Amino acid sequence: MTPLSRREFVAIGAAAGAGLVIGFYLPHESSSEKVFSPNAYLRITPDNKVTVVVPRSEMGQGVYTSLPMILAEELEADWTKIDIEQAGASTLYGDQTTGGSASVRTTWDPMRKAGATAREMLISAAALTWGVPRSGCAAQQGCIVHSSTNRRLTYGELAAKAATLPIPTDVPLKQSKDYKIVGQRLARVDTASKVKGEAVFGIDFRLPGMKYAVLSRCPAIGGKVVSVEDQESRKIPGVSYTGRIGDAAVAVVADSVWSAMEGRRVLNIRWDDGPNKDLSTTSVVESLRRAGAKKGASLYSVGDVAKVNGRRITAEYQLPFMAHAPMEPGNCTANFHGATCELWAPTQVPQDCRDSVAQAVGLDPDRVKVNVTLMGGGFGRRLEHDYAVEAALVSKALYEAKTKIGAAGAGAPVKVIWTREDDMQFSTYRPASLHQLSAVLDGAGWPLAFTHRIISPSISGQKGQPGPNGIDPDLPDEAPFVYGLPNVSLEYVAAETAVPLGWMRSVYALQAGFASESFIDELAAAAGKDPLEYRLHMLAKDQDIQYFTTTWRTARMRRVLQLAADKAGWKTNLPAGRFRGIACFGCFASYVAEAVEVSMESDVPRVHRVVAAVDCGQIVNPAILEQQVQGGIIFALSNAMRAKITIEKGRVVERNFDDYPPLRLEETPAVEVYAVPSTESPTGIGEPPVPPLAPALCNAIYAATRKRIRALPILN
Amino acid sequence: MADFTLRVNGNEKKVSVSPETPLLWVLRDTLELTGTKFGCGAGLCGACTVHVEGAAVRSCSTSISQVAGKNVTTIEGLGANGLHVLQQAWIAEEVPQCGYCQTGQIMTAAALLAKTPNPSDEQITQAMNGNLCRCGTYERIRKAIHWAAEGIDRGIKRIANGQVADGSTR
Repeated sequence: MTPLSRREFVAIGAAAGAGLVIGFYLPHESSSEKVFSPNAYLRITPDNKVTVVVPRSEMGQGVYTSLPMILAEELEADWTKIDIEQAGASTLYGDQTTGGSASVRTTWDPMRKAGATAREMLISAAALTWGVPRSGCAAQQGCIVHSSTNRRLTYGELAAKAATLPIPTDVPLKQSKDYKIVGQRLARVDTASKVKGEAVFGIDFRLPGMKYAVLSRCPAIGGKVVSVEDQESRKIPGVSYTGRIGDAAVAVVADSVWSAMEGRRVLNIRWDDGPNKDLSTTSVVESLRRAGAKKGASLYSVGDVAKVNGRRITAEYQLPFMAHAPMEPGNCTANFHGATCELWAPTQVPQDCRDSVAQAVGLDPDRVKVNVTLMGGGFGRRLEHDYAVEAALVSKALYEAKTKIGAAGAGAPVKVIWTREDDMQFSTYRPASLHQLSAVLDGAGWPLAFTHRIISPSISGQKGQPGPNGIDPDLPDEAPFVYGLPNVSLEYVAAETAVPLGWMRSVYALQAGFASESFIDELAAAAGKDPLEYRLHMLAKDQDIQYFTTTWRTARMRRVLQLAADKAGWKTNLPAGRFRGIACFGCFASYVAEAVEVSMESDVPRVHRVVAAVDCGQIVNPAILEQQVQGGIIFALSNAMRAKITIEKGRVVERNFDDYPPLRLEETPAVEVYAVPSTESPTGIGEPPVPPLAPALCNAIYAATRKRIRALPILN
Repeated sequence: MADFTLRVNGNEKKVSVSPETPLLWVLRDTLELTGTKFGCGAGLCGACTVHVEGAAVRSCSTSISQVAGKNVTTIEGLGANGLHVLQQAWIAEEVPQCGYCQTGQIMTAAALLAKTPNPSDEQITQAMNGNLCRCGTYERIRKAIHWAAEGIDRGIKRIANGQVADGSTR
């Protein structure tokens, strides 16, 4: 397998696959039998091509650039000569899930060690070649240099020799002060192909002879197909197949997407609406309230909130279901071939796709190959494997139909495409939630006790994996309380719902942050104190707060809060009609504070400026960090202003971007991003900018109107 | 089914499809030009924007029969001789994240600049407001359009740095 240039790579997308041969290639051997594998992330060939394999998925967050930068730093590589390869589902990289703002956090060590190991072996190879001590050799810009004799060899020239050496297990890692690549504003490697229209997203991938399929799914949650009349569909030119997929969907297969959509339009299906036909948003909220009457599980407890006396303040906050709505609708290409099945999936979970597909089509997981394509956004929607399973089942049905007429030789390649209406109506939604908060203030108005009860259905629980003590396994990353108060109680009450749930950018942190940081603002207002001063007072003392496995530090939160306030000019006067709000929140081990400036036009807030300060440890690429923070804030503003999925008669009401309208250019504020310089291990930045936005905005609206917004969306 | 002839990116193309087929699917499935994207199918998001006789249109809501005999330009044909100044601007301002909507954004912006070479913020908002981006790249899109407008003023056709022009962005 020849490594591909970036251009070739982008052009063929994920078809290259992964897990074939990894490591240094030997120059003089054509067979791959003697290929040496110091690790699964790197390959250097004698023609001096350095290929880094990326074991996470690119959905816009920049992993094709940031992860190879980490490896290249330790390798002392020439960054301009590195090629990127996307890994498919593999057994070589551990968990390949792209989510939880974890790509940099979890590959930081493996990528650094992979690069350092190779560097040390290349140094040894050069020392042996020249017959000089290792200590006189150094790695620089893709070469090993022997400075006293002014000799140099490229990594490509050393690859063969390096491949014969033992792999060291304990290699030195660079100190951050010596970084040349990590921390630089390097341009993303995927930009040019994306502006030229050459980038191959899942929806663009094509196989010879491939058909297109759309599915008609039961509009009622949990409903089923009773009967299908497909005569009209089969009259549509290009339609070649219709058939049931599972018990709640019917597929229409055609020569083009349009023919398949036309075929679906005239399908006549009788549905059994099933057990949830009376489900509505109102009944969901009632069930949350009923669940809230029960005692939940403790997430965090210090002191004893029940024993504190003083001025008590309480409030209830409420959030709706929301949909991710990535710009690229769901899709997946599959080719079932009897004994094997291959997929080309825009997915955040290639391994889950492999396993789910294997189960669905009755193959061993090692007979299912999952290639990962570029994604037109993910935001958590592509943590599901529904598209992949559907595509595999349709391909299998086509394969079986072809087998009957002896025409299954080349398999049955098919691409399943979801329309926007499918995406909106059959998503897995951010759970609706209820939040009961209370606090006790002392005589001066400072809080002595703080209680937050999060009442929400559990995403993982619904998928059959409730965490220990019924605590949803996401909450430990997403709902800390990083203030040093003597009495704090955080509690989670798991509610039930039939509405399909999914992980959406920042997951529970959006809900927890909105409720908690809005309520802190209420307390400051009740105390007659400045909201910034109020928060800084609670962060004044350096303190470690242990929340599950993460140690949160008040000092780091204080620093981002102060930075955001300073850059926003918190103490300066605003023009008449302008108002500010501020909030800070931590999730996925990163700290973010945001200050929002608004004016009110009738009852509609207009956001003029957002200032964000972040601390996510060592920054790998400041340019990508800025993109992620700006994007996260606009995503959060969109959620806060208008995102609401409504349930009526067991169905999702919203259908497209007209009744689920994301933010547009005219509503977009300028977003300024500041990062605290840090040499702490890097944490994530894809999701942490999301939670502080809604409370900072609503706090600004309160400053403008003295009206407290306790339910999202704002424009309800 | 019926036969239609149109000019796509300067080349004459004959297709045989049903007359109500949206131009989007003819481009993507029949002509295999997948730079034009499907986002909503209802003219609400702009991901499918192409030029018909130089004007920006939503190809998901334009039937093949409406464009018979006309000149259609897609993202693949926008920079006939290398990168269009807007594509350079998008690279310079590091606009794309996921990148899915950006070809439609660039096509809309190109139609704007063709009529209004130096647009104001307000004119940019008006022209670009129909194009959605879920990654939140809007402010960079605005900056990139200004960058391109200034580039046109200076007579710049290509970025001086050859690495950018050949598709490598480093």
